[in-house]
Amino acid sequence: MRPFHYTRPESLNHASQLTASSNAVPLAGGTNLVDLMKLQVEVPRKLVDLNRIGMETIAEAPDGGLTIGALASNTATAVHARVRSDYPLLSRAILSGATQQLRNKATTGGNLCQRTRCSYFTNIDQPCNKRQPGSGCGALGGVARLHAILGTSAQCIATYPGDMAVALAALDARVEITGHGSHRSVPVRAFHLLPGDRPERDNVLEAGEIITAVTLPPPVKGRQIYRKVRERSSYAFALVSVAAIVAMDSGRIARADLAFGGLAHKPWHDPRLADLLIGEQPSAALFDKAACLLLENARSHGENEFKIPLTRRTLAAVLAEATEIDL
Amino acid sequence: MTGQFTQDAPETECLLDSMRQDVIGKPLVRIDALAKATGTATYAAEYPVKDCLEGVLVTAPFARGRITGIDIDTCLACDGVVAVIDNEKLIARCAQGTAGEAPVQEVRKVAYWGQPFALVVAETFEQARDASKHLKITIQDDDLSDIPCDPQAVEPENQQYSSQGDLPHAMTEAPHSVDAKFTTAGHASAAMEPHAAIAQWDGQTLTVHASLQMLNYNISELADAVGLEENQVRIVSRFVGGGFGSKLGISAETVAASLAAMQLKRPVRVAMSRQQVFQCVMRRSETSQRMRLAAGKDGTLQGFGHEALVSNLPDEQFAEPVLQSSEFLYAGDNRLLTLDLARVHRMTAGSVRAPGEAVGMPTLEVAMDMLAEACSIDPVELRLKNIPDRHPMKGTPFSSHKLAECLQQGAEAFGWDSGLRKPRQRREGEWWIGTGMASAARVHNIAKAKARVTLNPDGTALVESDMTDLGTGTYTILGQIAGEMLGLDPSNVLVDLGDTRLPRGPGSGGSWGAASIASAVYVACKAIREKLTKYANVTEGELNLKDGGVEGGASFAQLLGDKELREEGHYEPGDIEDDYVAAGFGAYFAEVRVNAFTGETRVNRMTGAFGFGRVLNERTARSQCQGGMVWSIGAALTEALHFDPRDGHLVNCDLAEYHVPVNRDVPELEVIMVEERDPAASPIQAKGIGELGMCGGAAAIANAIYNACGARVRDFPITPDRVVACMPD
Repeated sequence: MRPFHYTRPESLNHASQLTASSNAVPLAGGTNLVDLMKLQVEVPRKLVDLNRIGMETIAEAPDGGLTIGALASNTATAVHARVRSDYPLLSRAILSGATQQLRNKATTGGNLCQRTRCSYFTNIDQPCNKRQPGSGCGALGGVARLHAILGTSAQCIATYPGDMAVALAALDARVEITGHGSHRSVPVRAFHLLPGDRPERDNVLEAGEIITAVTLPPPVKGRQIYRKVRERSSYAFALVSVAAIVAMDSGRIARADLAFGGLAHKPWHDPRLADLLIGEQPSAALFDKAACLLLENARSHGENEFKIPLTRRTLAAVLAEATEIDL
Repeated sequence: MTGQFTQDAPETECLLDSMRQDVIGKPLVRIDALAKATGTATYAAEYPVKDCLEGVLVTAPFARGRITGIDIDTCLACDGVVAVIDNEKLIARCAQGTAGEAPVQEVRKVAYWGQPFALVVAETFEQARDASKHLKITIQDDDLSDIPCDPQAVEPENQQYSSQGDLPHAMTEAPHSVDAKFTTAGHASAAMEPHAAIAQWDGQTLTVHASLQMLNYNISELADAVGLEENQVRIVSRFVGGGFGSKLGISAETVAASLAAMQLKRPVRVAMSRQQVFQCVMRRSETSQRMRLAAGKDGTLQGFGHEALVSNLPDEQFAEPVLQSSEFLYAGDNRLLTLDLARVHRMTAGSVRAPGEAVGMPTLEVAMDMLAEACSIDPVELRLKNIPDRHPMKGTPFSSHKLAECLQQGAEAFGWDSGLRKPRQRREGEWWIGTGMASAARVHNIAKAKARVTLNPDGTALVESDMTDLGTGTYTILGQIAGEMLGLDPSNVLVDLGDTRLPRGPGSGGSWGAASIASAVYVACKAIREKLTKYANVTEGELNLKDGGVEGGASFAQLLGDKELREEGHYEPGDIEDDYVAAGFGAYFAEVRVNAFTGETRVNRMTGAFGFGRVLNERTARSQCQGGMVWSIGAALTEALHFDPRDGHLVNCDLAEYHVPVNRDVPELEVIMVEERDPAASPIQAKGIGELGMCGGAAAIANAIYNACGARVRDFPITPDRVVACMPD
């Protein structure tokens, strides 16, 4: 850990000003950032602790949705009565991640900003374009079992590791952002970035911008499922995960909001899937067609080749469960 | 005074059976349990030491070559840095178990990625850790393309070859045969407490609080490494937060802390980071194996072949003894056993929980399941049919053998269905359900041990040895042994362990700890009893001790006045080791569910039946068995070290990425302890337990996966992707 300045502002404006300077990093639960600082993967000069600002509340939104404060703990969100009744997908996704102790500390905003768990990123003696732009990608040609198959670039094949954001992407939630005296609202589906030529950027946040909340749209009808596939049943990142909200109408699919974890640098949402599925009768053939579309441009990197068939099979299982058909 | 016992013949009579206190075998709670649960048990790095400096190890970021220069100045200029220790006495590898001398010390000659080569010492830990990142080195990197990181790509050296009859011929002739190849991944011990040491030097004596398993050897290793006489070295390890082999020999932190303390004349603490623990302490070698089994129509084995390839660093003697129990577990006249060793540049391979059987037994037991299917015989029956009367090659008798009882009692408790077995018979929703079983076998190890016992006239006793307790319950069982022998409630027996100033114990390793040190305490207590017969004026047979004195008679105070009785017990294994095959046996039964879509496997329930001689404490013995079964689950489903094939670095080096089982992976584990006394194993008729629990358990799970969904996976761990790849559609 490098020596750093630590400040704990009392207001959002002040926090925003403080994080606007170069190499100033906001601190929320610290479950990811502090670990990375110990390894010197992150070496901020200034740490801006947001915990005095007060953004912990989970409140009803005027449109019937729900606003989850950026500093609400993952545990508080997962157990919240309205989350459990109207957005059970979110609750299940959160509870499938990390451990109870980590969820008690981790926050909504921090969780959205968590960094990849690529082991080449966390080992400072290995090349990584995300950690050190231009140094190369160690995972390409290395041990890439957990790496991305969609939306990769020659610069980076890392995955976004979280579960909560995958559920939020399926729910079409929005990230509320304040900075430089103004506010903007970004769909979760557009919050994270693909690596492209700038893998060091995980998301759209600019220096001086702070996440204040996540807003959930009014609840929709349909079955909500979060399926996380992993070799160990807890405290493991997803090999692949599927978040689904599926509604049926007269034997046909009426809604199919799907998002995927473990496949890409961001929670993966492909709007073509809903177009394909809506209006159709559920069947093995239909699910397979959906998987083909989803995986059309999938590219494996050695050991992670299994993710392609595994995604196909997991999607089929989730859609079968959601539409109540036997495969 | 000293009681001496060398075991050259079976001890059919054991005094423990005729004592009156009735505490031996009882499920006493560990006497240190509360201290551990409340955080008051002090581990190596936790001793409050005044004026203590903090050291951080610096490791090589390449796998093979030479460090030609170390730029110390930049590092010394960092805040708080006191020194950079880079002298020639630092150790480059950890010592193998029972080495008793310093391991390789040429730290500038790099043989694996992550090899420690220097120690940065500063006033605070954070300063040392930051400064360690500023230590610049110049290296002469050997051609990376030439680094043999893949054991398959290396011409191996043969380590073991034994042959009897003609296996290839038997394979051709036999009505049923199995010829299958397997792989098992490398494992890490992943003990909860990271390797750590605090060293203090007063100009005469080096005192080190360390986390080590075998102080009796570690003192020689450390003295040799730092250039002191043994009598100038004291090691203290009162509590050890798990070792599983990784703390058998000394590692870099203990030597580096010692050298720094001696040079700087201030105490120095060195704790490895979790990543360093994974990168520089012992690994279990990955293996590739071939099993050949040939059987007659009725399943009687006629041929038995087990060939294995393992790896280690150049110059290391240790080769994962994969064939250890294959030598004697099953019959079969035509036999071929070979073990090859490939030299690769990965960190030292050494003993990790149940070296040998941990990876040899699962493959053998999957092959047996395949043979049972080929012969259309119940897998339990197949094993019962093939238990040999004697060692199939040497002809030596077994000291005691409870495999049949374990198979039968385990099957009954589990509710094993011995009907015709076919995969894919039971489905619940998305899940295929299946059952599987396997035998367990683990050689019995025992070691020389000394202990001192003092009986005080106030009805208390003191047991002393440099033996360690890794959390297994050694403190507790020694109180039970002394209590039983001397007629004392165990709460009146103080057990003092983990200090080299005390008599040399056997150390903890190879599951020999309990039987060895308890035998030494037993021998010491026998000597005390002999003296007591004179005070009480009775014969040994008449000396009934209970609750602090002669049963129904004089208390120790009345007998002894103010005199204490002190005896050392010296136990030595003796010639009997060559006369018998001594081993623990057992059987596992598992029910699993396998997701038909994702290939995820979860264990629904598991039963283990084990025979390991006398049970010293039913609770701690059960915990050991359960711990082994948890390791079995990890070996079956999740645990694997991943190395980058290009530069040999270990990719998954923390507990988030190296997947030991979590609570949710472990169902209720049923343990049956089969009644047994092994008179040839030790004078107290006990054998080792800890490792037996993981010597084949992974196969019960693998076989259950096959029975559930029809996927016969031959590569461990059996991860979802491997299940999916083998699952019939």
